[in-house]
Amino acid sequence: MSLITPEFGLLFWMTVIFAIVFFLLAKFGFPVITDMVRKRQERIDRSLKDAREIEARMGQMVEEHARMLDEARKEQAQILREATDTRNKILATAKDEAREEAAKILAEARTEIEAEKEAALRDVRKEVAVLSVSIAEKILRKELSEDKEQREYIDRMVEETVREQAQS
Amino acid sequence: MKWWRVISVFILALLPVSLAAEELDMDEYLYGHVLDSYEWHITTIKGHPVSIPLPVIVRSKTTGWHVFSSKHLEEGEYEGFYLFHDPESHKERVMEHTPDGDVRPLDISITKNVAGLMFNSLVLVILILLGARWYRKHDAREEAPGGFSGLIEMLVMMVEDDIIKPCVGPDYKRYSPYLLTAFFFIFVNNLLGIVPFFPGGANITGNIAVTFALAMCTFLAVNLFGNKHYYKDIFWPDVPAFLKIFPLMPLIEIIGLFTKPFSLMVRLFANILAGHMMILGVVAVVFLTAELGAAMNAGLTVIAVLFGVFMDVLELLVAFLQAYIFTMLSSVFIGLSRQHSEKENE
Repeated sequence: MSLITPEFGLLFWMTVIFAIVFFLLAKFGFPVITDMVRKRQERIDRSLKDAREIEARMGQMVEEHARMLDEARKEQAQILREATDTRNKILATAKDEAREEAAKILAEARTEIEAEKEAALRDVRKEVAVLSVSIAEKILRKELSEDKEQREYIDRMVEETVREQAQS
Repeated sequence: MKWWRVISVFILALLPVSLAAEELDMDEYLYGHVLDSYEWHITTIKGHPVSIPLPVIVRSKTTGWHVFSSKHLEEGEYEGFYLFHDPESHKERVMEHTPDGDVRPLDISITKNVAGLMFNSLVLVILILLGARWYRKHDAREEAPGGFSGLIEMLVMMVEDDIIKPCVGPDYKRYSPYLLTAFFFIFVNNLLGIVPFFPGGANITGNIAVTFALAMCTFLAVNLFGNKHYYKDIFWPDVPAFLKIFPLMPLIEIIGLFTKPFSLMVRLFANILAGHMMILGVVAVVFLTAELGAAMNAGLTVIAVLFGVFMDVLELLVAFLQAYIFTMLSSVFIGLSRQHSEKENE
């Protein structure tokens, strides 16, 4: 009979021990483990979902990237073409301008030379006139004296004038 | 010359030997191992029993509390108490001499089973808390434990995911600590019960008081937190009118209320007790066949050892299986008490 009749003493201790074990494990044991595992599970689920989203977004981005690369290449070609055009234009313009400028400078130089020549000629003429007048004056001053003297005089005068001329 | 020797040895081996000093008392041997006792018998060396004396705590109606070592009881009467061997149940009890005759005092001694229960519980608590300690030092969201903590986590999650979650239903988290404790408590006690030497080997889960307490816990968990629908189903189920006039269903349901935990109690108790008995019986073959002669004895010993290995391995399976079944049925009973009616579900 004793096999199937519970002893009070053992029942009492079993209750006490099981209560203590239950308290310890239910407070510090199992919930710690199960909560952490549940949290990890949630995190793994979330990570998987995120990964799937990221993968989808990556696909989009690759497409977009390719498209952008294509666009950029087109743009680059256009820019290069434009740049070449512009360069050519600038060069042409610069050449034209340079030619014009050179022509202008040449023309100006020519007119200046012309003017200089004019002025020189005018000076020469003026000089010759002054010279002629002064010679004539000096000749006229000795007109009435002897021929010989007159001649000497004229020579002297000429000489004088030439010296003067040379001096001035 | 040679063959003569061989034959003489063979004949000698066939002769029955009665060298064994005393015959094995099978009842004493079996019950002594599966029943509770006031001391923890470890082994017997040269006829002297080696055992650990345990404290006897008794309360007499006349003289109050008494606490003394169980070795005093071996010597005879002590402080008016003596050890009584019941020849019918093979159980020993502390009795008290009183003027009105011998009475049984209130006995809460630390017996072999109580000591074993304490040791096993300590082992269980240390195992689980060691497993849980890892989580305090690590961020479980970033990494998973390996080694020992990983093993504990695997076992815990196996019980929770395979038994508790599907059987209890949506609010399993509330019951999970109790059910996990019950599972590991039974499992550890079953396993240490198979260990044949000190401090294992106490027949704890094969004792009706222990399984009674466990079944009682499940009974309370089921019935204290049962919802309205559960109690309505017991006392006023949806049955045809003639069954409402004669309340057969409530009667059956109320009986069922008690048979469920009763079956839990008996199943665990009987399975573990039977396992212990079987192993003891197989081991006893070695000693019982000693008088049949050396050859017979040797042959049967080999068989007994092989069969003992088989039984031990089977008991390992049973240790796990019974813990699993107890937890699963407890979960199912709790789940039933938390169920909503089909109407509510719709």
